[in-house]
Formats: sequence, C-alpha cells, structure tokens
Amino acid sequence: MTYIGNKSDLRVVGTRPDRPDGVDKVTGRAIYGADFRLAGQLVGRILRSPHAHAKIIKIDTSKARALPGVKAVMTAQDMPNITSEESFVGEGPTNFRDQSLNVMARDKVLYEGHAVAAVAAMSPSIAEAALALIEVTYEVLPHVIDVEEAMAPGAPILDETLFTAGVDPKPTTPSNIAKKIILKSGDIDAGFAKADIIAEGRYVTAAVHQAYIEPHACVATIGADGQATVYASSQGHFMIRAFCAKLLGMEISNIRVIPLEIGGGFGGKTIVYLEPVALTLSKMAGKPVKLVMTREEVFRASGPTSGAVVEVKMGAMKDGTIVAAQAVLKYQAGAFPGSPVQPGLMCAFAMYDIPNVHLTGYDVISNRAKVAAYRAPGAPISSYAAEQVVDDLARQLGMDAITIREKNAAKAGTKTVYGVTFPEIGYEAVLAAAKSHAHWKAPLGKNQGRGIATGFWFNIGGESSASVFVNEDGSVSVVSGSPDIGGSRASMAMMAAEVLGIPVANVRPIIGDTASIGFTNVTGGSRVTYATGMATVQATEKVIEQLKQRAAMIWDISPDAVDWKDGQAVPAGANAGGFDPLSLAAIAAKAGKTGGPIGSEVSVNAQGAGPGFGAHICDVEVDRETGQTTILRYTAIQDVGRAIHPSYVEGQIQGGAVQGIGWALNEEYIYDAKGKMDNAGFLDYRVPVASDLPMIEAVLVEVPNTRHPFGVRGVGEVPIVPPMAAIGNAVRDAIGIRMHSLPMSPPKVRKALDSGQG
Amino acid sequence: MSKTHVTTTINGEPAEFLAEAGLTLLDALRDEVGLTGTKEGCGSGDCGACSVIVDGRLVCSCLMLAVEAEGSTIETIEGVATGDTLHPLQRKFIEYAALQCGFCTPGFLVAAKSLLEKNNNPTETEVRFWLAGNLCRCTGYDKIVRAVMDAAAEMRGA
Amino acid sequence: MSGLSYTAPSTISEAVALLANEAGLAKVMSGGTDLLVQMKIGRLKPSLIVDTKKIPGMIGIREIGGCFVIGAATSGALMGEHAGLVAAWPGVVEATNLIGSTQVQGRASLAGNLCNASPGADSPPAMIAAGAIAVIAGPNGTREVPVEAIVTAPGRTSLGKGEFITEFRLPKKAARSGDAYLRFIPRTEMDIAVVGCGIAVTLDAAGVCVAAKVSLGAVAPTQLVVAGAAAALIGNKLTDAVLAKLDAECQAVCKPINDKRGTIEYRTKVAGVLARRVAAIAFQRAGA
Ligand SMILES: Cc1cc2nc3c(=O)[nH]c(=O)nc-3n(C[C@H](O)[C@H](O)[C@H](O)COP(=O)(O)OP(=O)(O)OC[C@H]3O[C@@H](n4cnc5c(N)ncnc54)[C@H](O)[C@@H]3O)c2cc1C
Ligand code: FES
Ligand code: FES
Repeated sequence: MTYIGNKSDLRVVGTRPDRPDGVDKVTGRAIYGADFRLAGQLVGRILRSPHAHAKIIKIDTSKARALPGVKAVMTAQDMPNITSEESFVGEGPTNFRDQSLNVMARDKVLYEGHAVAAVAAMSPSIAEAALALIEVTYEVLPHVIDVEEAMAPGAPILDETLFTAGVDPKPTTPSNIAKKIILKSGDIDAGFAKADIIAEGRYVTAAVHQAYIEPHACVATIGADGQATVYASSQGHFMIRAFCAKLLGMEISNIRVIPLEIGGGFGGKTIVYLEPVALTLSKMAGKPVKLVMTREEVFRASGPTSGAVVEVKMGAMKDGTIVAAQAVLKYQAGAFPGSPVQPGLMCAFAMYDIPNVHLTGYDVISNRAKVAAYRAPGAPISSYAAEQVVDDLARQLGMDAITIREKNAAKAGTKTVYGVTFPEIGYEAVLAAAKSHAHWKAPLGKNQGRGIATGFWFNIGGESSASVFVNEDGSVSVVSGSPDIGGSRASMAMMAAEVLGIPVANVRPIIGDTASIGFTNVTGGSRVTYATGMATVQATEKVIEQLKQRAAMIWDISPDAVDWKDGQAVPAGANAGGFDPLSLAAIAAKAGKTGGPIGSEVSVNAQGAGPGFGAHICDVEVDRETGQTTILRYTAIQDVGRAIHPSYVEGQIQGGAVQGIGWALNEEYIYDAKGKMDNAGFLDYRVPVASDLPMIEAVLVEVPNTRHPFGVRGVGEVPIVPPMAAIGNAVRDAIGIRMHSLPMSPPKVRKALDSGQG
Repeated sequence: MSKTHVTTTINGEPAEFLAEAGLTLLDALRDEVGLTGTKEGCGSGDCGACSVIVDGRLVCSCLMLAVEAEGSTIETIEGVATGDTLHPLQRKFIEYAALQCGFCTPGFLVAAKSLLEKNNNPTETEVRFWLAGNLCRCTGYDKIVRAVMDAAAEMRGA
Repeated sequence: MSGLSYTAPSTISEAVALLANEAGLAKVMSGGTDLLVQMKIGRLKPSLIVDTKKIPGMIGIREIGGCFVIGAATSGALMGEHAGLVAAWPGVVEATNLIGSTQVQGRASLAGNLCNASPGADSPPAMIAAGAIAVIAGPNGTREVPVEAIVTAPGRTSLGKGEFITEFRLPKKAARSGDAYLRFIPRTEMDIAVVGCGIAVTLDAAGVCVAAKVSLGAVAPTQLVVAGAAAALIGNKLTDAVLAKLDAECQAVCKPINDKRGTIEYRTKVAGVLARRVAAIAFQRAGA
C-alpha cells in the first residue's frame, strides 16, 4: 500500500517526536561496544606490524605464553587458512581470503598497523606486557604508498599472484593494479569534436578516515560446545556473523551476534577487524574476551576511504550543452583489492544527461590500511573533480553555475552511463531550490568567494527484516535487524505508528539480535529507512489484517466488513452492524480468546531505492597571508523523497556536509618516508571542531520515491558528495586560482597564491 | 602491583575504588566504579568524550590519574539528571535531535553544563569555542549548538 | 607501566628529595596533559610521578607590588579568570588560554607547557617576550632564570636532577607598554602551533617604541628571541616600513622543519605575517 498521497494526511510521518532511545543516550545508560562486559572476561590486545611491508619470517610467542596471567596467544596459524572467495557481505564486494588476511597477517604484513598476533590476559597491564614479549622476525621489503607510484612499472609488488583484471589479453606479470574498468556511452571522440569549449583538470585527493568517535569494540565468548556469542557495535550484526563463520570455519547457526549501541560508522563498521580474533582467543582461553581498539589503532588499522588521482575532461557547446565527458580514476584500495572506484565511475557524471561519456577506473593496492566504505563510497572523489570542471565550463562560457547544470540536468528517462534509466528524480527540483535560495544571490566581501556543486548517490535497498507485535495492553513492539546509528529506531516507530493510526509513543522499537529477527543487511548505503522501513510497513499492514480479523470474530461479522481507522477497528459501513469501535487495547485484551498473540514478521529484498541528488552552496573567505580558508556560510539542498523525521534527515545532511568540509580543508593521511602513518590521532588528523563552522542550513526537497510506501529515498550518503567541489569552487572564486589537490590546507593555498598556480 | 585506595564523591554519593598508579580517572570510572556513561574516544585529550567535572572544573578524565582524585568531587553524565527529571540540556538535546549515534553526547552534555554554570547567556561563538574540545562526527554541531543555546535561554527564564 | 608509583608531596623540599633520590625515571607532574599522553603512547616510562599540585603555592596567582607570581602548576583556566593578570599581561594569558580545549585548560600549566619542551608550545614565546623569570627549586636550593634559558632542545631542559620549577614571575608592567601573542593553526582550536609569536613593547609619550622583545615559537628547535626584530621596532612607530623590516627580521632567523604541521617555506613566511599582526596588537595595547 502507498501512503504517499497527500502529505497533510500524515499525522506522524513528517513530525519531530522525541526519539525512543533519547533518554538512554543523554543519561549515559546506553551500552556501546566498550561498555559491555561479561563476568570473567579477559582483556585482549593485538600486536601490530611496525613495518609498511615485510615478510614474516617467524613469530615466537613462547615468552608471552609463559607470562603469568596470560590465557591465550594467537597468530594467523590459529585461524583456518581459507581460500579465495568473492563475498558481498557488508557494503561492496570483498574477498573472504583478503578479509582473513586483513584480520591477521599470515606470511606478509602489508601495512603499518597490520595485525600479526593477539593475546588475552587477566589485566590490561599483563596483556600489554605479553605483547612486548612476542618476538616477530621480519624481512623488511620495499614499500609503496602513492597510488601512481604503485601503478608504475617496477613498483614493489604486494601480491605476486595478482594480475590486473579487465585487460585483454590477460597480463603475464603481477601488478598492484587489481582491476581496470571501462564504462562508456556514445562516441567520446565525436563528442569532443562537436564541443566549442573544453575544460579539464587533474585532481588529487588524500585518504580520509570516517573518524567515528567510538573505536571498534567487542566481547566474544564461545563454549566447549562450539556455541558462540558476540556482543559488538557495528553497522550490521548479520555481517559480523557471516564473516566470523567464514573466517573461522564455523556454522552460522552456532554464532549469535548481539548488537550493542554504535558510536558512528559512516561505512567503516561494515567489515570485521576484532570479532574473529576475540572468538579465537576465547576458544583458546575458555573465557570471554573483550577487544577494544585504541584511537591510534582505528587510524592505522581500520579502513579509511581511498585517496585518488582523477583526471577529467569535458566539452560543451556555446549554449552550454555538455557533449562529452571523460575521466580516468585511479583509486587506492589499501593493501587488498576493492576500492570504491566502480561507484566512483558511475557517479562522476550521473547528474547530467551527456551523450558521450568515457570512464576508465583503476583499483590499485599499496601499503596502506585496506580501505573501507565511507559514505557514498567513491562518489565524493570523482565528483570533486567533475564538479570543478563543470564550474570551469560555466566560467569559460560566462554562464551561471546553476544554469549550466539546469541545462544538462538528468531527469526521469535519462539513461545513465551504467545502463540504468532514471525514474522520477529530484535533481531539477534541487537546482530550482538552489537558484531561488537567498544564499545564491547574497553579497560577498573582499577575499570571499562562493561555490556550488551537486552530487548523486544511488541509495540502495536489499534484504531487511522487521517484525511487529501487539502486546497484551495494546502497545506495539517493532523489532528490526538494522543497527540504529542516527535515529532509525524513531523512523521505524513512526512508520508503524502512522500505518496503525496510533501515537508514536505507543510503539517501542528495538533492534533484534541475529537469532531473534530475520537476516538484515548492514546499516549503510542509505538503505535502512527505505528497505527496513518497507519491511516494517508491510509487517504492520499484516498486523492490521489480523486486527481486523480479530474484531470480526469479536463482532461475529465477516472480516471484509471491518475497517481499520485511526487506530481502531470500525464496522466498514452501515450494513456491517452498529458496533462501537474496538481499540488496539481492546482487541489485544481479547487476543487469547480470538486466536492467540497478534504479530507478524516480514522479510524483504527491497528493489528500486530512489536515486538521491543534492546541491551545496558554500561561501568562503581566504586569508591571503596565511592561506587559511574559513567557511562563512553553507547551504545544503537535497531531494530526500520524504522525510520521516525531518530533524534526523537534516542531521544527516549537516553531518555529511561537515565531514566533507573536513575532507576539503584539513583531513588527510600523512605518511613518513618509511610508510608509517604520521598523524594517527585527532590532534593531527584534523576533523572539523565546533568553532570551525557556521550553522549548516539543510533544505529538504521532497520528490517522493513512488516505490516506497511513504516515498522515502535514502538521505545519508548524498550530503558528502558535493562539499569538496563546492568549497573548491568557492576558493577558486575567492582567490582566482583553482586548487587541484585535497586537502586545501593553508600551506597549499598560500603556495598557490605565491606561485599563481594551485 | 600495589593499588591505592581512593575516596571520592561521585555525583553526590561517596565512592571508593582501588587504583594502580597509572590508571586514568576515565578507566577508574568505567571499570572500577562501573559508570560507563563517560566514553573513551581517544584517550589522549583530543575528543572530549570523557569529559567530567572535578571540583567544579571541566576536565578530560583520560588525562587525569585516578589517584589524583583522592578527596575530590566528581560529576559525570550519570549525575546530570536529577532522579528521573532530565536536565534542561538533556531535554533540549533530545528535542533538537542534537545526537545521532549519541557516543559524543555524554561529553557534550557535561561540557555544556559546565559552560552554563559559568555563563548563562553565551553567544553562539562562545558556545562553539567552549565545546571545541568535544568532537562530534555525526551532527556537524549545528543542532548541538542550538540545543545548548536554547537550554541556556530556558534556564534563564527567557 | 609496571612498577610505576605516584606521590603527591606537600612541601617543596620533600618533592626535591623524592626527585633527587629516585633511582629510575622520576617525572614531575603538574596538569599531566603532556605527561599522561606520552606515557600512553609509550614514549615515557617513568618509575615515579611526583605530583606537585598539593604543595602550597604551586597553584595560584599573587600580585606583589605590580609583579605577578604564578604558581608553576596553575591552570590556564585560573589565569584566565584573574582579572589583574589579564589586564597587565593579556598576551601571556591569551597564549596560555590557547593551549588545548576548555577541558585541557582546566589542568594545563605554564610549567608543564615550558618543560615539555615542545618547539610549538604556546605560552613560552609570550612569557619570554614579557620577560618572565622561572624560579627553580632543587637539591642546591633555589635559583631564578629567564624563561628562555629553560628549554635547550626539543624535549630537553636545563633543569638538573631533583630540580623543578615552583613559580614564574612576571615583572611590573611599565607605563605605556603592551604585550600580545598569536599563533597560526589550521583549524580554529585543538591544534599545535605551526608558528607562534609573542611581542611585548613599551612606548614613549609620542608613541615611539623604546623597548621591545620578540619571541617566535615552532620555527626552530627552541623558542627564539629575535633581537633583530626588536631592534627594528625600537626607536620607531609602527609604519609600513617598520612592519616590513620586522617581517624580514623574523623570517631571517627561522630554522623550521618540514613536518605534518607545516613546511619550512610556509612556517618562515607565516612567522613574518604573525609578527606584523602581533606587533599591531601590542602597540595598540601600549596606547599607540
Ligand atoms: C588535546 C591537547 C591539546 C593541546 N593543545 C596545546 C596547545 O594548543 N598549545 C600548547 O602549547 N600545548 C598544547 N597541548 C600540550 C599541553 O597541554 C601543554 O603543554 C600543557 O601546558 C602542559 O601542562 P601540564 O601542566 O599538563 O604538564 P604536565 O603534563 O604535567 O608536564 C609536562 C612536562 O613538564 C614537566 N613538568 C611539569 N611541571 C613541572 C615543573 N613544575 N617543573 C619542571 N618540570 C615540570 C613534566 O615532567 C613533563 O615532562 C595540548 C595537549 C592536549 C592533550
Ligand atoms: S577520551 Fe579523553 S579526550 Fe578523548
Ligand atoms: S552524535 Fe555521533 S559523534 Fe556525535
């Protein structure tokens, strides 16, 4: 059923009730990963490689084992040596063997911080002393950090068995280029031949981390019967279960994963680092084991997103029609294949209807921590380049930066380079909202500049489960399989309440563990409100059918003669009989006599998530003497389909924009000459702080996605796509020089001002 | 290793615990006293998730030794509400959706409470600078700043 | 980790004896905001921590005949709340208040900031420009040295075994004088200075500079006293030409390094930029 209809008919959806888990989270009661403990738990610690690239010759753990208070010491030898197998667990494709080797290095360490051994001990100090007693003999190998250096002939090879996929004929020498991908449409040469003007540029981005404030943490326990329980904060407890089963050779049914509250993920908690280690240690020690990463470990050993080199060339006609667009994307994957270069290619020009497109992507490994998903994986990087080239086209044509986008805007029916034809989308509506926003016309002062950039993300659906129960007193429980990172409990409760016609306060949403609710994909890709929301709505509808049947039994009439209205069963018409409405509580009270408990579980594999588009307008001021860029004003406009809880939708947009501001101005992985990360802490990995920022105005445009009962599109990813280009365009406007690399840190901007070249 | 017996007042109640010399106040609160509302985001003073008030001063509990707390009065997130009555800041954080994952929230609330005790009418800039040592990666700070300003207004009776 | 002890003596002589007699590594602790971080990352493994905060006088600010005596472990927050100190030496207080966050301010001290001996420390350039004196207690009694004589290299000080700083003295502020400090950081808070600059000046009735001291931080292994920059100011008003000379003198003495916080080229240029901006504030505070 659809509830899109008239927005004013909705009583709960679109309002801003208090979130159900709010009190727990403002009082310190909520239990996050590191807060959980089991009686008798041991403290786990992981020994990590000090080298960027080295062969492991020998690991001697005897001294550590002999230390009193040490209960287990493990290396990769204590995990199954699994074979290569593609997997789609989590967000994006990976390989189970790579995952296993990333969790614990076997023959080689591939980056500084790569895990080589782990201990479980009675106290933190004993565990740390034990780590110091583990003797690892390494043969240090030459390393490579930079993406283009890793691609160059003669580069140190990380994996002798890796041959570039996607080139014909199959190469005969190993390479750090895991894959080459080409996407194209039309005839690129003919397109450029038609163009009156050309703009192009080579852009470099730095690896950046999701930098969730909660470090990874878990407690694992496994009994002599092989039954395991893992308590962990993650973006998907089913993901943890799947990885643990594969990596440890266990049966899925023997692993139960209980989700704890998660302190941010942004994609970075869609894979495992600790859980298989904690389980192995627990098995060896016969006791529960807790593992918590330090902040330094989070930076060194958990996945940031790719740094990249992106070359873009675009051609347009005098009237502003873009006729050709070409890009080459070289993305770092980290130590194992699997960068988000594919979505980077797909999203680069997705905002536009361009007849001739040619895209080449390279997935490149180097001696860095394996990348993990980060909000709209891949898209911000390619858009950062593409949206500045569009800005250059507009400048060359003397055309308004929104007008050129309107002229080329993708709309319903536009066929993308990756083959999909867009359904109803809101890109034009977003551009119109940007153009009419007061910000676009506001005056600017000296050394100030304004930029706009737009962005796209597919949004995804996928597998989700939810169940809805009517309790004996008429209150309602909603159980779903999606960890709540940013207020999704509230959205589930609101959708169920709306469908049932009851106050949202009567609905209690919880997150079920892997044994108490059906399979659900990770919270990521902007899929929860869409897919899990769809499951919730369908389960609620089934519950209403049951409620109608029960009312019919109580009244002794046909179920067809019962309607559900405003949270009550009512006779469908005059012919049905003159009964007083039956409330949820009244029906629930009689449930025992009318067939037993009322409830329903629905699992879906949701298709047709609605593509999302956003436009960000940013004003900056540049201090020409220090090169420092200050964000003066920021407006983020986005088509959200339908905002279930507008405050949390705005929050997603504001948070994404600010992560983008950090990416644009100051965040970067810095390596020393030995390939070690030089800034593995929040003091020098500079995420934005409150005093760096103005308010972030979020403007919600609602073009409903007809395939969701309430019109939801995902909202969490799009807002990180435009910021880097929006700020780049604003800096260009302020100083007259185009900056070509991220971050646009003060030394770089000052250098550009001195040399006239960015 | 010998441990020191530490006597303190935490959230108005007497509290005692044993501490090794190197134990931080943060670890003592979480592991010895069982108050896990105070979070660790970095352990090095950079994120503010571990903010507590010691003898009236806002500090990072990860940058203070537990043994230093002998005789002192400590306020943590668990003491911000009075019984089941939320502090205005806590109510405003919920009302404004000033939390997403909520992991930074205890630190922000404790820090904001100490600000309002010192300055009941802060400007937006004052709020932003006072809270600059509290990192939030989810919200972009917008709603947090608004919640703090509105809580201040409510507390002033404005 | 293993074998660490903590003690909080209540007299200076007790503290000196503890520090002098410890066989292993003894570390003085004031706010602990550097010490505990370095212990956590394993850079320092002391066997004894001597917390000085329980010693009377280590925390607090006294004004004696226009001079200020600041207990070595006094937090930045307390300094910022002392109206008399803020009025007399705003540059020193601003520099100290730039250290870390509000939370760090609740603990961080002048002595720790100085004795941590980081080139990028914020308060030393301001203290040096102001002519601050450190009072040191040790096995051989007390001695007084100018702040610029404490740090000898990154992570190293001129303090001997058993010695620690008990207080700092700021001179009586001269008529028509003013001080200021600015640093450059990439964000607005929570960064270590890429460059820091403290300047104190005294003017005559006509607004001509008669005394000046200029100190730079983060552009050399230790804080620099830039005599040439002071000379550029003395005898002059703050004209464009004088500012240009000041800028050039500051750039000339910089010997920075390339690191994650800045490049040699950038630090050198920004040292000049900051010096100009700081001088303008100091002159204005002196009544120019
Ligand atoms: C998040 C964060 C941000 C920071 N930001 C800044 C910043 O912006 N600017 C800046 O300059 N610093 C910064 N720091 C560093 C630090 O906070 C300062 O250097 C602070 O002033 C140190 O003072 P403390 O009292 O905490 O020192 P402690 O940690 O107690 O001591 C530091 C060192 O000095 C020695 N010491 C302490 N007291 C004495 C004494 N009385 N006599 C002799 N030696 C002594 C100690 O043995 C130790 O070696 C930051 C630190 C953190 C954690
Ligand atoms: S945990 Fe103390 S500041 Fe981050
Ligand atoms: S709400 Fe997640 S870090 Fe602030």
